[in-house]
Amino acid sequence: MATRVEAQQQPLRLRATRRRWGEDVVKVVLALCAFVSVATTVGIVVALFAPAFEFFGEISIVDFLTGRNWAPLFEPPSFGVLPLIAGTLLVTACAALVCIPFGLGSAIYLSEYAQPRTRKFLKPALEVLAGIPTVVYGYFALTFVTPLLQDLGLGVGVFSALAAGLVMGVMLLPTVASISEDSMSAVPRDLRDGAYALGSTRLHVSTLIVVPAAISGIIASFVLAISRAVGETMIVLIAAGGQPNWTWNPFEAVQTMTAFVAATGQGDVPTGSLEYKTIFAVGATLFVMTFFMNVIAIRLVRRFREVYE
Amino acid sequence: MSAAAGQLRRGRPRGLWTGRIFLGFLIVSLSIGFLTLGALLVQVFVEGYKWVDPVLFFEPPSADPLIAGARPAILATIYLGILLILFSVPLGVGTAIYLEEYADRDRWYNRMLEINIQNLAAVPSIVYGILGLAFLVRGIGLGRVLLAGALILTLLVLPTVIIAAREAIRAVPDSIRQGAYALGATKWQVVWRQVLPASIPGIATGSILALSRGLGETAPLLLVGALTYVSFNPTVLGDFTALPVQIYQWIARPQEEFRTLAAAGILVLLAILLTLNAFAIWLRNRYERRW
Repeated sequence: MATRVEAQQQPLRLRATRRRWGEDVVKVVLALCAFVSVATTVGIVVALFAPAFEFFGEISIVDFLTGRNWAPLFEPPSFGVLPLIAGTLLVTACAALVCIPFGLGSAIYLSEYAQPRTRKFLKPALEVLAGIPTVVYGYFALTFVTPLLQDLGLGVGVFSALAAGLVMGVMLLPTVASISEDSMSAVPRDLRDGAYALGSTRLHVSTLIVVPAAISGIIASFVLAISRAVGETMIVLIAAGGQPNWTWNPFEAVQTMTAFVAATGQGDVPTGSLEYKTIFAVGATLFVMTFFMNVIAIRLVRRFREVYE
Repeated sequence: MSAAAGQLRRGRPRGLWTGRIFLGFLIVSLSIGFLTLGALLVQVFVEGYKWVDPVLFFEPPSADPLIAGARPAILATIYLGILLILFSVPLGVGTAIYLEEYADRDRWYNRMLEINIQNLAAVPSIVYGILGLAFLVRGIGLGRVLLAGALILTLLVLPTVIIAAREAIRAVPDSIRQGAYALGATKWQVVWRQVLPASIPGIATGSILALSRGLGETAPLLLVGALTYVSFNPTVLGDFTALPVQIYQWIARPQEEFRTLAAAGILVLLAILLTLNAFAIWLRNRYERRW
């Protein structure tokens, strides 16, 4: 009798009776899938920086970063990356002039002015712009925008930073619009209602309440768009020209870092030659620039998620 | 009473015109996107529609624009698409399951993994091309083959697939998991028989969008050597050129006829990609479940 009571008082055993090896195998396989992403990052860093360091063993990094003449194939060669960086920034600036004001405008309209039914239709329609391949935008810049600019009397040649940058700006509109719109939609209704109750107009609610409240997401969208403009290849390869050019005039043809990498990497460059290593030196510069912008953007997005969600 | 109501009436509307000008600016902003999209589609269609003919689909490229086609490029793009789905969906869904169902969020390496994936999603596509050139084409000596292109595109779209799959898995309510556990299911049984079936529509939508993005990429393929002249049907371990790369080659040629041919190629490419996108959106609307 006494032993029986003891048995009943023993706590219920909830642990598995035997180890299920299958479950462990599954977990390891899934972790290996996840490891592929880590390996990709490690691969990118090694692939870029190992040859880049070899390159900087032969060419001084100071000359590389401060030289104003990029002529790796000339005799004597010159490896000043500034013209490529200037070309990249020039195209990026043209793109930013389009995608930042108009992307933010689109976002404010979608979030604050549009009826829910209109928004449901407009938002995916705008996203179509993001789904068009970049080679198509390059074609459009070269065959439509450049002649249009010439007809308008702007002194652009066949290739120009302006044509490439404007088209890139339109391509990046959905990036700015959708991330900004997400962060504006996350602003609680109470804030808007409070402002309306005090007699604000829709203009004031949008610009003085919603935009400041969503500012971290909005800035994140700008940073991300600029990072993508810096890393964009095909539009500039097709429409911006192929000659390094130390200029701040958007009507001139320029070569960007990405266009140089694509133009050099597509040929039969002998492995291990100095020319081959320039691909990686320029690629590493590009990667470092975009990496820092991406880190900033990701942190800002995280912040607006934390504040309101 | 009436006096109190009178005080609530609005006086002279202030800022009416500023408001209207602001609204005008917003509408202009939105129009710029749509006008450009319209101009682009019209331009490509007007230039290229006459050249979308059997020659384009069934003939190999040629130095003579009149008999040049894109058969090897179109076939290679189809092969790339099949390989891309085969590689990226299992890897992406596996990673998503790991992160959502298995990973302990408090561990530093799991948080790092998440940040790492977000970063990878924003790495410029040409950098993936450099990775492919250094490791696949030259490093392990795979050469400039279709498989190298497919692998590089896989790594490129993997973050997109992972992010979409994670959202789909996260949308499955916890009560379903608890219910399955209560009936004695193991963790994997819960994932395989409950969570995954419920999240298939979301995963499929995300995967198709990723496929469409990958098939439109040109820059990374240039670096893994898709710029060669290919007149024969592609094989997985042979030379290749994809449709976007073929279009780029045609644009880069000086003759006007090749520009027209490029427009025709763009029409084919856009038809493939927009069909994929429309299918993905249809899938989402048809099968999306609100719990």
